[in-house]
Amino acid sequence: MTESAAVPGIVAPAMNSGDSSDFIGNRRPESFLLRDDLQLLMRRLQEDGYTIVGPKVDQDAIVYGELTGVSDLPQGWTDQQQPGKYRLVPRDDQRMFGYVPGPHSWKQFLFPPSAIVATAQRVGSSWQMSTQDEPAPRYAFLGVRSCELSAIAIQDKVFLGGAFVDPHYEQRRDAVLLIAVNCTQAAPVCFCTSMKTGPRCQSGFDLALTEIDTGFLVEIGSERGRLLVEALPLRPAVSEEIRAGERGRADAERQVTKQMNTEGLHDLLLEQLKSPHWETVAERCLSCTNCTMVCPTCFCSSVTEVSDLSGDRVQRERQWDSCFNVDFSRVNGIPSRDSISSRYRQWLTHKLATWQDQFGTSGCVGCGRCITWCPPGIDLTEEVRTLRQLAESPQLTAAIGETASSSLPPNTAPQNTTEGRG
Amino acid sequence: MAATCEPNQNPWLSHSVRIAGITREIPGVLTLDLEFEDSARAATWAFRPGQFTMLYVPGVGESAISISGDAADTGRIRQTIRDAGNVTHSLTGLPIGATIGLRGPFGSSWPVDECRGRDVILVAGGIGLAPLRPVIYHMLHHRQQYQELTLIVGARDPALLLYPGEFEHWRTQGLNIIPTVDHADESWRGGVGVVTTVLERLWLRSPAETMLMTCGPEVMMWYTMQTALGRGIPAGSLFLSMERNMNCAIALCGHCQFGPYFLCREGPVFRFEQLRSILRIDDL
Amino acid sequence: MTHAPTRKPRLAVFKFASCDGCQLSLLDCEDELLTVAGLVEIAMFPEASSRMQPGPWDIALVEGSITTPHDAERIRQVRRDCTTVVTIGACATAGGIQSLRNWGQHEEFLRCVYARPEYISSLSTSTAIAEHIPVDYELRGCPVNRQQLLEVILALVAGRKPRLPAHSVCLDCKRKGTVCIEVSRGVPCLGPITQAGCGAICPSFDRGCYGCFGPALQANCGSLTNHFLDTGSAPKTLLPLLRNYNAAAPAFREQSDRLEQLAQAVSGKVDSAVE
Repeated sequence: MTESAAVPGIVAPAMNSGDSSDFIGNRRPESFLLRDDLQLLMRRLQEDGYTIVGPKVDQDAIVYGELTGVSDLPQGWTDQQQPGKYRLVPRDDQRMFGYVPGPHSWKQFLFPPSAIVATAQRVGSSWQMSTQDEPAPRYAFLGVRSCELSAIAIQDKVFLGGAFVDPHYEQRRDAVLLIAVNCTQAAPVCFCTSMKTGPRCQSGFDLALTEIDTGFLVEIGSERGRLLVEALPLRPAVSEEIRAGERGRADAERQVTKQMNTEGLHDLLLEQLKSPHWETVAERCLSCTNCTMVCPTCFCSSVTEVSDLSGDRVQRERQWDSCFNVDFSRVNGIPSRDSISSRYRQWLTHKLATWQDQFGTSGCVGCGRCITWCPPGIDLTEEVRTLRQLAESPQLTAAIGETASSSLPPNTAPQNTTEGRG
Repeated sequence: MAATCEPNQNPWLSHSVRIAGITREIPGVLTLDLEFEDSARAATWAFRPGQFTMLYVPGVGESAISISGDAADTGRIRQTIRDAGNVTHSLTGLPIGATIGLRGPFGSSWPVDECRGRDVILVAGGIGLAPLRPVIYHMLHHRQQYQELTLIVGARDPALLLYPGEFEHWRTQGLNIIPTVDHADESWRGGVGVVTTVLERLWLRSPAETMLMTCGPEVMMWYTMQTALGRGIPAGSLFLSMERNMNCAIALCGHCQFGPYFLCREGPVFRFEQLRSILRIDDL
Repeated sequence: MTHAPTRKPRLAVFKFASCDGCQLSLLDCEDELLTVAGLVEIAMFPEASSRMQPGPWDIALVEGSITTPHDAERIRQVRRDCTTVVTIGACATAGGIQSLRNWGQHEEFLRCVYARPEYISSLSTSTAIAEHIPVDYELRGCPVNRQQLLEVILALVAGRKPRLPAHSVCLDCKRKGTVCIEVSRGVPCLGPITQAGCGAICPSFDRGCYGCFGPALQANCGSLTNHFLDTGSAPKTLLPLLRNYNAAAPAFREQSDRLEQLAQAVSGKVDSAVE
């Protein structure tokens, strides 16, 4: 490896991967790893003590799980996706990464669906409270797509960027090694180009691969990535290989046909909070939580008590939760968001508007999972398009409003009730 | 909005506190006096008026509870609790000496510093007086820093007025208290009607120099704000305290979102201008 | 944290029209049974013991649906005798599989089945307990989930409300990492409209959820039915999915009635759903 000038990409461990802004327009030359040598990379990761997680075929889909070797990869498989529909189908070549992200996302490893955050043990008449500080697993993610790198960066802001840092996420995030793979194809649900998150990996990775028929173009994104490939039989890529990689990446870019106009979207959505269109979406929305579960950035959770039968030992378990659940907003028995329309509105406006107020970024990376994995196939880009049309045409809004139920009941008179806070 | 829970510590850690005293206030509402079992934690304890803690009953769960005590009294933490849900029901059934968990304090606080040199009106509905009581203590400790101090406190009936035993003392210290109830009995000497009616008629020395803080049911706070604006108090001088489901209190769980805000982080105390455009949107 | 009660709460188990499977779930709590027996006094549980003590009782576990005039009276007495009434299982919470009679010809059934139908005194409907008396807590499922049953008992002993999630099965599938079989294979699955609590078992064994925990809170059953129809399922094949253990749960009933009408329109002839 001749990459000696590569170190500006290294930042604080929590964001361990390259902030490679200085080589976006001036990318470092790619090296080449033969297809058969991918196993050497995986073996190296295992020797370094990493648990490799990446794509594999399971449950009729390409999911993410622990990999023991190259043979676990979904070689020769791909997928077809459209709103509300996913099918695993064979490829006519032997690509290992020839698919579009499926039902799983990397958040299940960094922000697990279930984790013990604290415990309480009865000691005499008192309670001993403690937190759960188990060593975090050390993961190497293999096959992270550009939109997924963006999703991880967004969850970094959620879990690490505020006044309170989540120690569970932090430990896992610090340890993780990110091996990205550039998309060489896209699905009809993808809209990363609108969200400026892809399809090409720009930053936030340790290594980025581009798969071509004979092997992988390798781009180094961090010092950790450089050290990792030092012992591998990499050679400089020849122009033919570079062109093949460029063609694949261009294919992906060309295949991204779905668009979402994000111009002024924040204000537009917040001005449409009373739109009758939310009721229209609610006719289809199942409020089933699927979109939030498959979303790689959604972070809602609830902590509940898990006690043993004696009640003397209690674990506080954090589980994935969703703003689509009625109980999610319940205060003193009464939900703040008591209708499907209000919950869909909360999800969409949070994802695309108020997320920006909270974290300085959109909460959407354009991966399209919420479109594919919504059983009735609600497409948020279509809903945004409709809301934009309605914003531009008050007459249209009025017409819908006549058929949908009114969103604001008449104000009730104030009372000195004792309800309220405690 | 600096977080005031102890820095560099796992934010999920609850500290053991012992119930040192219980004051029964009105039916279904009581105040707990809490003391840390860990003296080191007790030594670093401090809060700002308006903040809340997460009180924890192992096996039952956590609940966000406003601190209703005196910030100057660092020895014990006083919290007023209404028996309304699973956790608060459990909290209100515990005996003196029982141990519970506490995380915090969390959240934003009332603008007691910004109020210096001004007239201050507090408008409380029902148990909404609880998070305002630390403001009363603070301003009465520093009475000379403030001009006219008025508390308008409303309840459904006289028996549901919170902290009536302290009213006389507060009055002697320079707080003008105007209680009002929806339904009076024969012994009632105060006003009858809603808090906004009182605010409507309240003599204001200088509306532009007046600050108002309110806590109570949302609809009451909304009309209080409208009345205050009508009286010429600037929108930027109006503050309110909100309530939503709080699960983590550290802006990680998503439950307490209200428009662009995490109530546990930007709230519970807001400047009215922050919420003006969203407060009356249903089911937000 | 709760103070030790001065006396143990007295628990009674009542059976109405049902298969006994739900009350057997209590006996299924093998590892925990002794602990439970230590926390409550099992005062009446005919399935487990012939030693039956008279009421009143603190906690009633009520299994089964109301199908006879006698039971309709008996359940009112249970309400009078018990402080907290917990209905357990799809029969008690929705009327059960036997609620299919609600769409059939009751008198005709009697004539077909019984030699002397005049000796039979039964109602033409099977209805949920909550349609007859106020119910404090509901445990869904066919059968109920053992852990939920334990949770209810432990919670009531501790004087707190039991934690019974009202969200959809989908959430539990996702927490487990189960891929949505509706989306990935086109299997009609009631998961999106069905209340969690079972542990999302069926989809993890390649089966669509058949809704044995009944409708989730605010379930949008109409949209899911539309979706199944739009993606090629015939009304006649969808009908048994909703006319099942929770057929009489209002949210499911509304859609199955709609499907029945569609099926009739499609086939042009009367199809009895019960057949």
